[in-house]
Amino acid sequence: MANDMTVADALLSVEDLRTWFHTFSGTVKAVNGVSFSLKPGEIMGLVGESGGGKSVVGFSILGLIDPPGRIEGGRILFNGEDLVTAGEPRLRQIRGRDIAMVFQDPMTSLNPLRTVGEQMDEMLRLHTELDARARRERCIRMLEDVGISRAAERLASYPHQFSGGMRQRVVIAIAMLAEPKLVIADEPTTALDVTIQAQILKLMRHQIREHGASMVLVTHDLAVVSEMADHITVLYCGKVVERGPTDDVIRRPAHPYTRGLIDSIPNPEHRTARLSQIPGAVPDIRKLPKGCTFRERCPRAAAICAQSEPALTLAGERAFACHFPLQEGEIR
Amino acid sequence: MSATFLSSEFFHNYKRNLSAIAGSAILLAFTVIVLAGPLFVAQNPYDVAQLDLLDSYKPPVWLEGGDARFLLGTDGQGRGVLAGILYGTRVSVMIGVSAMVMSCLVGTTLGLLAGFYGGRLDAAIMRIADIQLSFPSMLIALFLMSAFGTGIDKVLIALTAVGWVVYARTVRGSTLSEVQKEYVQAARVAGLRDGKIIRRHVLPNVLTPLIVVATVQVGSFILIEASLSFLGVGVPITEPSLGLLIKNGFDVLFSGLWWTSVFPGLFIMALVFGINLFGDFLRDELNPRLK
Repeated sequence: MANDMTVADALLSVEDLRTWFHTFSGTVKAVNGVSFSLKPGEIMGLVGESGGGKSVVGFSILGLIDPPGRIEGGRILFNGEDLVTAGEPRLRQIRGRDIAMVFQDPMTSLNPLRTVGEQMDEMLRLHTELDARARRERCIRMLEDVGISRAAERLASYPHQFSGGMRQRVVIAIAMLAEPKLVIADEPTTALDVTIQAQILKLMRHQIREHGASMVLVTHDLAVVSEMADHITVLYCGKVVERGPTDDVIRRPAHPYTRGLIDSIPNPEHRTARLSQIPGAVPDIRKLPKGCTFRERCPRAAAICAQSEPALTLAGERAFACHFPLQEGEIR
Repeated sequence: MSATFLSSEFFHNYKRNLSAIAGSAILLAFTVIVLAGPLFVAQNPYDVAQLDLLDSYKPPVWLEGGDARFLLGTDGQGRGVLAGILYGTRVSVMIGVSAMVMSCLVGTTLGLLAGFYGGRLDAAIMRIADIQLSFPSMLIALFLMSAFGTGIDKVLIALTAVGWVVYARTVRGSTLSEVQKEYVQAARVAGLRDGKIIRRHVLPNVLTPLIVVATVQVGSFILIEASLSFLGVGVPITEPSLGLLIKNGFDVLFSGLWWTSVFPGLFIMALVFGINLFGDFLRDELNPRLK
């Protein structure tokens, strides 16, 4: 984590990132002081509810925040280079070649009017010096790698000729084509059938490991993260509420929000009458309550939670932002 | 390729749509006229040497005094009405199609820029479009033509100034919705420049609705040009379009010499009717909301 590791070790180090959206109805602080870091070869899960600012973190890293959004502060160090101040021409070189992205919906993340081969070729033409034949071979090899049979023929296919799972394989193939060091996956399996999800996750992990890349996995699904990630960062209302090694956090969550997320995963071994849920909804991010933003939904909230916002407390590899963290073995 | 077209839903629906077949038959006939019109008449109406004042105001062949050389009669200079129509259709269609292409280029470009970049550029382009739309297009065209003077090039400019708006608005709308889609984001994430994203990814995906707009617009441009020429501010007298032929005949219409303006009028009507029939079919076929 940021504090127990020097910046030089980290592939990606996000420090106090603040990305705000200035709308007519007020400033939306979608990301408001998020820090985490990622070592080479590591997979980090970025978890939170809808509207928690997870995707905005991903787009901030790539410098793709459109007005009225703006990165208001913080640093995003990638290989020691600050992407916030890098400028558009440099970011364009980095996008695709060093940092790639896998999107949520494979139905819309491929251009419906261009063949898969054309879309793959575009990436290689942009970021490599290969000639046409070498590019074609690379594309075929990549498609085979992601488990698409008769790859040479399928290059001439259009996206609509693939099923959803197959399309997501294509999207992953395109992302990995230029051998990026970092892949940002934004809800990569949310739009897929449950049966396909596991295959795609396995494929992604395999690809990441094989290419020695790192991944930021943005998802609302803790079950997915627990399968995939080495570390977890939990976001709530644009802030980090908890982070740490995956197993540790899942087994002993310190923040009541993390606990709530874990409890709302169906567990076939402990069938209860009703799945537990976190009461209430995410507060309006334009009018965040004073103090702890989670307190209105928190079973442990006390007077102090309304007064002061808990700071991120560091404990070894773990960190959490709560006045009353859960102790080990404690149930709520 | 042709086999897939013949078995496509588009062709299937076409076969069952009488008005579409009628429309395309009319358009096919006019295509032949435009491409090979002069082959059907012996006389070149613009070649003064081939004109004979003795032939002036001959009625159509089926009337008394008709001349076999002039199927639809002649005008005051001894020009065959049919010859005038066949040559004039070329001018009308050429103007309609060229002006459509120019409007489409200008409007699509502006619409893409407005939709893709948004913000002030979008506001500026769309406000100009709104102002433009608040005037009748005929009025704008008339104003421009009286300012520029007559000439085919000036007609084209005037029609483009009138016609770009509909493309800009259509394209801007579709661009806004395409830009939301992840493949455009994916192209940005891949490191593509805006220009390439717009040309390679957005443009092909916003073109379909334009086919309908463009088809119907050719018809309305032909009508506007005919009106301008009829009013005397359109094409020059040396290259008469159908509208100018009507005007020429109109002066003598009430002396009983009706054929000089009625036949060009019927041709314009048939042409625009055919375009609209086919355009309606395209609109129904290509509109995803009606499926």
